[in-house]
Amino acid sequence: MGDTAIFRIAGLTKAFGPNAVLRGVGLDLRAGEVTVLMGANGAGKSTLVKIMSGVHRADRGVMMLGDKPFSPATPAEAMRAGVVTVHQNINDGVVGALDVASNLVLDRLNGAGRGFFFNPRKVRREARDVAERMGLGIDLGAEVTDLSLADRQMVAIARAMSHEPQVMILDEPTSSLSSNEAERLFALIDRLKARGVAILYISHRMSDIRRVADRIVSLRDGAIVGQFEDKPLDYEGAVNAMLGQNLGRHSINVRAAGTPVFSARDLRIAQGAKPISLELGAGEIVAVTGLVGVGKTQLAETLFGIHAPLSGTMELDGRPYAPKTPQSAIRDGVFLVAKDRASTGIVPEFNIYENMSLPFLPRFANAGVMRRRAERQTARDQIADLKIVCRSERDDLATLSGGNQQKVTVARWLTQTSRLLILDEPFQGVDIAARHDIAAKLRESAGDRATLIFLTELDEALETADRILVMSENTIVGEHRNADVDMDRLLAEVAGQRLEVTGS
Amino acid sequence: MDSQTARESTVEAKVDARPKEGLSMRELAIRYGFLTLLVGLIVFFSLATRGFTSPQAAVFILQSVSITGILALGVTATLVVGGFDLSIGSIATSSMMAAAYVMVVLEQNALVAVLVCLAIGALVGLINGLIICYMRVPDLLATLGMMFLLIGLQRIPTEGRSIATGMTLPDGSTAEGTFSQAFLALGRHRFDLFIENLVPASVVVLIVLAILIWFFLEYTRFGRMMYAVGSNARAAEFAGAPVKAYRIWAYVISGVFASIGGILLAARLGRGDIASGNNLLLDAVAAALIGFAVLGAAKPNAFGTAIGALFVGVLLQGLTMMNVPYYTQDFVKGAVLVIALIFTFALLGRNAR
Repeated sequence: MGDTAIFRIAGLTKAFGPNAVLRGVGLDLRAGEVTVLMGANGAGKSTLVKIMSGVHRADRGVMMLGDKPFSPATPAEAMRAGVVTVHQNINDGVVGALDVASNLVLDRLNGAGRGFFFNPRKVRREARDVAERMGLGIDLGAEVTDLSLADRQMVAIARAMSHEPQVMILDEPTSSLSSNEAERLFALIDRLKARGVAILYISHRMSDIRRVADRIVSLRDGAIVGQFEDKPLDYEGAVNAMLGQNLGRHSINVRAAGTPVFSARDLRIAQGAKPISLELGAGEIVAVTGLVGVGKTQLAETLFGIHAPLSGTMELDGRPYAPKTPQSAIRDGVFLVAKDRASTGIVPEFNIYENMSLPFLPRFANAGVMRRRAERQTARDQIADLKIVCRSERDDLATLSGGNQQKVTVARWLTQTSRLLILDEPFQGVDIAARHDIAAKLRESAGDRATLIFLTELDEALETADRILVMSENTIVGEHRNADVDMDRLLAEVAGQRLEVTGS
Repeated sequence: MDSQTARESTVEAKVDARPKEGLSMRELAIRYGFLTLLVGLIVFFSLATRGFTSPQAAVFILQSVSITGILALGVTATLVVGGFDLSIGSIATSSMMAAAYVMVVLEQNALVAVLVCLAIGALVGLINGLIICYMRVPDLLATLGMMFLLIGLQRIPTEGRSIATGMTLPDGSTAEGTFSQAFLALGRHRFDLFIENLVPASVVVLIVLAILIWFFLEYTRFGRMMYAVGSNARAAEFAGAPVKAYRIWAYVISGVFASIGGILLAARLGRGDIASGNNLLLDAVAAALIGFAVLGAAKPNAFGTAIGALFVGVLLQGLTMMNVPYYTQDFVKGAVLVIALIFTFALLGRNAR
């Protein structure tokens, strides 16, 4: 059934003010097929999704659903017509205060022609219908707040599916899922395909794309620049089309560690976990990789003084290091670029320079009074260094793209010299070009500090680090010099198949 | 809403429709709308009434808003850290009663009275902050409870009566103390400014405190960090800020400002009147919230708060001079507040994206 295009887009344009975001997009989606849409940040992916889902209206161009023109004015209209969207932010799709059953029938509760009274038994019955059709193995009476992110997403998708949609848009659905959870999502996608749903799948993650794609479409600067459907799919071609340049394999000059800067001995970060010992040298970049939920963030935050280790000691430059708060960690020269910039990094009401100086206000102040000129100069230097796209250092952070926001949060910690710079998932939701800018800056500025990067994506670790440590079950299970990596061994360690601690 | 805006912002990167230079009409309206309205009101009242433009009238307006203005500046500090302080009105009346009690019943001097009031303000603010930060009681509820508690507490020492010289005390004796002249001067003395006896002390206090808190919030690292705490507390914590300490300090500032308001109130009345100060809380909060709309800030700010208080004062004074009856005053204040809030959240909210 792969040949019938049930959704067609032709000549779609959209401009916001003077900025043309979409410049004539043409795209076909076919029943029972997963079309992966790739594009760098700012390429226009989200705008395209918003037009398809009725949030924005196109300036010009047509959309056809089946043989009928499709131009939804509201998300509800798009959904009724048969185009449903599952948004990136999982919690936007569910109501935490209600149980699973109510969530499954939520949009039916306020449809026209509904009675005034709420009949819990009927809700249960309808919900059970929906759940059974989707093979949803979740307790209908559970509160959504008690569910894992993956389960919440399953609920949101199941509800979307109860409308019998012809087209489903999944916008970075795995961005907060672990790989086990993602696998459940992929199984669900397979079921949707079998039912003849046309799926538009938006993602940055190569592993996802390899798993689900039937065809790949690359979007760049508001236009489709490549379509790939011949098997085997040309993934590299798709990436290159999306970037408009041939980045190829990133080979790095592996550096040896200088004098030891930081060491941890017998650090235990979770009950029942084996102790961690590690040593980081000046000038080297060490990546810690491992699946989601193996304790990477816990370790990062322990080194930064947010959590206390259960046992063990740390040393910084030969002196005991036992931070009680981020404040004391920063004072000792240990900085953390925390995971998930929206909640832990950026101050949305602040502009770029105010965001950059945030941890170092005393250094930018004279007797408590801020020296704005110095702040702005520092910010301007970082903007130039990291190629941050903005009008000036006084731009509000909310006006920047995700990649540029991430650059600002990283730049914040590069404005001052550190002894140990820790970065937790610094490439999250960042396009490849921005990722390369950040990685290059980290390597260039590595100097005599130690740098520790926590990365779930192995590709990113291979592309940035001199040394790679593997974490599993809250401890470090493997170590590799990034020159002649034994990929089989590394992957086995990631998968938790070797649990003895390797010494350095 | 945070995650919503964060996601939007990643998307709308290229979508920023604002032209590089020059402001659109809408932006001009957002930025200068409220100030223009204030100037317009002043012009209107000076044409429509006699004597509105005299220095005495201007000073009268300032004096009428001085106490609420001081409370509003204090509550601005708690708004900045993302909190709220409903107890300011009762802190002010409690410190008024305390000042009267210290001078009339305990027969102490003005300095002791002032210090006791400031200590009460700081202590109540500290307790508010501790309850909110360490007992995790939501700010509105904690300060609502504190408000209730203080309203009751201030009546206990005198068994519910107002305090004035010559009153009968619970033990049957007569209170012999008096308000000291130095203390009363805080409410009644007028400084010379071009014209003799023009500017009341309370107006001077208002202006000094307004400049202090404005400078503190806008130009010091502590003020900057307080804004960061209010905007994204976790990010501030990860940037090394002692978030709880900043929150607690904000409530202490709010409490101290409220107690200063109470001192001025006592000095103006010359007695500890349990029936006064009922409107302080609402008026002060209104001024601070109206301040969101000034200069398109869309966030708590000291300058806006001062303008907000002034705006209400000008409007009420002008209407009074046009013989609008007094009982419409609360209606007018409420209407201004609602309009300012709509202005802030509808217009600015859309713009902020």
